Amino acid sequence: MPTLIKKGQGDDFAFADDAFTAVADDQDIPQGDVIISLARFQTDGDRLLSEGRQIGVRIEPAEEVEALAYDLPRLAVVALAFPKHRDGRAFSSATLLRKRLGFAGEVRAVGDVFLEQAGHMVRCGFDAFEAAPGVTPDQWAHVVHRHRHVYQRAVDARPPAFVEREE
Amino acid sequence: MYQYDAIDKDVLADRAAEFREQVDRRLKGEITEDQFKQLRLMNGLYLQLHAYMLRIAIPYGSLNSTQMRKLAEIGRTYDKGYGHFTTRTNLQFHWIKLKDAPEILDHLASVDMHAIQTSGNCIRNVTADPYAGATADELDDPRVWSEAIRQWSSLHPEFSFLPRKFKIAITASAKDRTAAKAHDIGLMIRRARDGQLGFEVIVGGGMGRTPFIGPTVREFLPANRLFSYLEAILRVYNRHGRRDNIYKARIKILVSALGREEFARQVEEEWAKIGPAGDLPDTEIARIRGAFAPKAFDVLVNRSEKYEAALATDPAFARFARNNLKPHKRAGYTIVEVSLKGIGDTPGDATSEQMEVVADLAERYGQDDIRVTHEQNLVLPHVRLDDAHTVYLALAKAGLGTPNINLITDIIACPGLDYCALANARAIPIAQDIAKRFADQDRAELIGELKIKISGCINACGHHHVGHVGILGVDKKGEEFYQLTLGGSGAEDASIGKILGPALPADKVTDAIDTLVEVYLRERHDGERFLDTFRRTGDAPFKEAVYADAH
Ligand code: SF4
Repeated sequence: MPTLIKKGQGDDFAFADDAFTAVADDQDIPQGDVIISLARFQTDGDRLLSEGRQIGVRIEPAEEVEALAYDLPRLAVVALAFPKHRDGRAFSSATLLRKRLGFAGEVRAVGDVFLEQAGHMVRCGFDAFEAAPGVTPDQWAHVVHRHRHVYQRAVDARPPAFVEREE
Repeated sequence: MYQYDAIDKDVLADRAAEFREQVDRRLKGEITEDQFKQLRLMNGLYLQLHAYMLRIAIPYGSLNSTQMRKLAEIGRTYDKGYGHFTTRTNLQFHWIKLKDAPEILDHLASVDMHAIQTSGNCIRNVTADPYAGATADELDDPRVWSEAIRQWSSLHPEFSFLPRKFKIAITASAKDRTAAKAHDIGLMIRRARDGQLGFEVIVGGGMGRTPFIGPTVREFLPANRLFSYLEAILRVYNRHGRRDNIYKARIKILVSALGREEFARQVEEEWAKIGPAGDLPDTEIARIRGAFAPKAFDVLVNRSEKYEAALATDPAFARFARNNLKPHKRAGYTIVEVSLKGIGDTPGDATSEQMEVVADLAERYGQDDIRVTHEQNLVLPHVRLDDAHTVYLALAKAGLGTPNINLITDIIACPGLDYCALANARAIPIAQDIAKRFADQDRAELIGELKIKISGCINACGHHHVGHVGILGVDKKGEEFYQLTLGGSGAEDASIGKILGPALPADKVTDAIDTLVEVYLRERHDGERFLDTFRRTGDAPFKEAVYADAH
C-alpha cells in the first residue's frame, strides 16, 4: 500500500487516512468513496454522484483535464497519474486544474510518485501524494522546503525572485 | 555582466545542498540508479565510457576572469588539468569522481556558477551571440533576454520533465552566430516599423537523426510578451510532445507532425488563455538590462598607430588580425577570437594554464569579459586595438594564437568514441588529421571560410548536418566509417547538408576533404565561399571527384 501524505493549510505535511478506494476499470465499484477512470466517470459518474458518494477521477497523462471542466465542482479528488516519475505531463495538468479551471478540491499524485519531485508538485498545485512506502511527511516537507527562493510564478502563492526583489 | 544577487546565490547554494543530499542517498542505496540518473543529469553529471563527466553551465557563453580561473582550478584539482568547451558553450570535465561532484558544485557556486540543467529533459543553457554588447549590428543586447530566460527556466515547476531536452538560442544580429534555426526555439530580435522591439520566433529546428531547420511560428512577438509565449510553447510541447520514442520526442517532431500552421495555432490559443499574467514585469527586465549596461569604453580614434605598426612588422600578427579580429562597435576597439583549434589539438580543449592566460588577458585588457562560442572557441569581446598585439603575443605563447577562425582547420568535433558511450566512431582524430593536412596557413586562407563539423554518431552533437562539410561517424560491421554531407549551414542562411555518397573508411576521409577542396578551388567564381559554390553547382562535380576511384 502506498502511503497517503497530505498538505495542510500551512506548509505542513502529514499522513492521512484514505477514504477513497481506487477502482480499476475491470473491477466492480464497491461501496463508499471511489476514484475511477475518466472513461468510467463519463458513463457512471452521474449515477454514483446521485448516490451521495464522494467521487474522484483519475486522469492519465494523455488525457486532458479540460474534459472535466464542467464536472469539477462535483468532484472531491482529481488523481493525476505518473506512470513513470519522469513523465511530466501531470505538472501541466495540475497547473491547469488550479489556475485555469479553478479546481479547489484535492489534486492527488498517484503512480510513480517520487520524493525528489515533491517541490515541483507542490508548486503546481498538488496537495495529496501517494508516496512510495517508507516515505515520511517529514521527508516530504524537507524536500518541498529545500529551496528558499523560486524564479517563477506558479500555482502556489510563493513570491518569485522578481517580486522579492521589489520588496 | 550580470551580477548574482543574494537570491541568485541562495538558489545555487540550495541546489548544491540538494544535490549533495541526493548523492548521499544514492550512495546509501535509498534511491535507485534509474531514479538517481534523472537527478544527476539535471546537475550535469553523465556516466561516460571511462568516468563521470561533469558539464558545467556557462550561461549564454559569458564568463569573467574569476570564473574562468575557477574552472582552471577545478580542472587541475579534480580532472587531468584541462577541460572541453562544447557546442552548447558549456564546459565539460571528462574525468570526474561521483563523490567529488558535490564539492565541485560548491566551488562553482562560490563564483556564481553551476551545472544546473546542463542535461536532462529540461530547458538547457541558452545560447546567445558571443559578440553581444560588442558588435555594431545588433538591435539589442541578447544577454538581457538570455539571463531572464536563465532565471525563468531554472527549476521550472512545470517544465522540468519534458519529453526531451530543450534548447533556446537568441540573436540580435543579421549575422547569426548561434545556429538559432537549429534550436528548439530560436529567437531573433527584430524591430517593428514603429520601432517596437520584439522577436521572430522560430520553433522546431534541430539536429539528431531527423534534422530540421526550424520554421517561423510568429513573425513578430512584442518583447514584453516573451515569457507568456514561451510558456505557451512549452505547455503545448509538454502535453503533446511524444514520449513513446526517444528519437521522436523533440519538439521538432511535434511541429513537423502538426505542421507549422497548426502548431502555431495551438500555441496562439494557449497564449491567449495565459495572457499577460505569464509575463515578467518590465521592472525586472530593466533591472537585468542595467547589469549589461555598456562598459566604460575609452573614447578613441578608429586608427591605432600601435596596431598599424605591429601589423607592418609582425606578419604572424597580421595573419592573426586578418582571421581572428572582428570589428567592434566602438572606435579603437576590436573583438578577439581565441581559437581552441590548434593544429593537431582536440577541438574545444583548453588546459588549465590556457584558461588562466585567457582570464589574465580578459582582466588586464578585456574589461573582464570572456565568451564561449558554439563553434568551441573563446572570445575577448572588448580589446583596444592598441593592446591587440600584446594580447596576441600572450595568446601565441600559450598556444592560443592559431589564426584560423572560420577556416577549414576551425573544426567542430564532438567527443566521439574517445569519451562518449553512444559513439559509433572517433571524431577527434579525424579533426586532427584534417587540420594537419591543411596546416599550411596560406592554403587555408586561400580556401577561405569552410566549416567542417564532425559527429561521432547520429545524435549530431558535432552539428554535422549544418557543416559546409559534415562528417558523421557510422558503424559498419564494427568498423568506423564516415559519411560526408555537403552544403549545410547553421547561420542565417541555414540549411541541412546533403549526403554525398557511401560512407568512407577513416583513412580515406582526409583525402576526400582534400578532393572536395580541389573541386571547389577549380569551380569557384570570384568571392564565392565553398558553400556558395556548392549551392550553385550542386553535388555532381564533388561526388564525381570523391568517388572517382570507385568507378
Ligand atoms: S554525437 Fe554521438 S558520439 Fe558525439 S558526443 Fe553526441 S552522442 Fe556522443
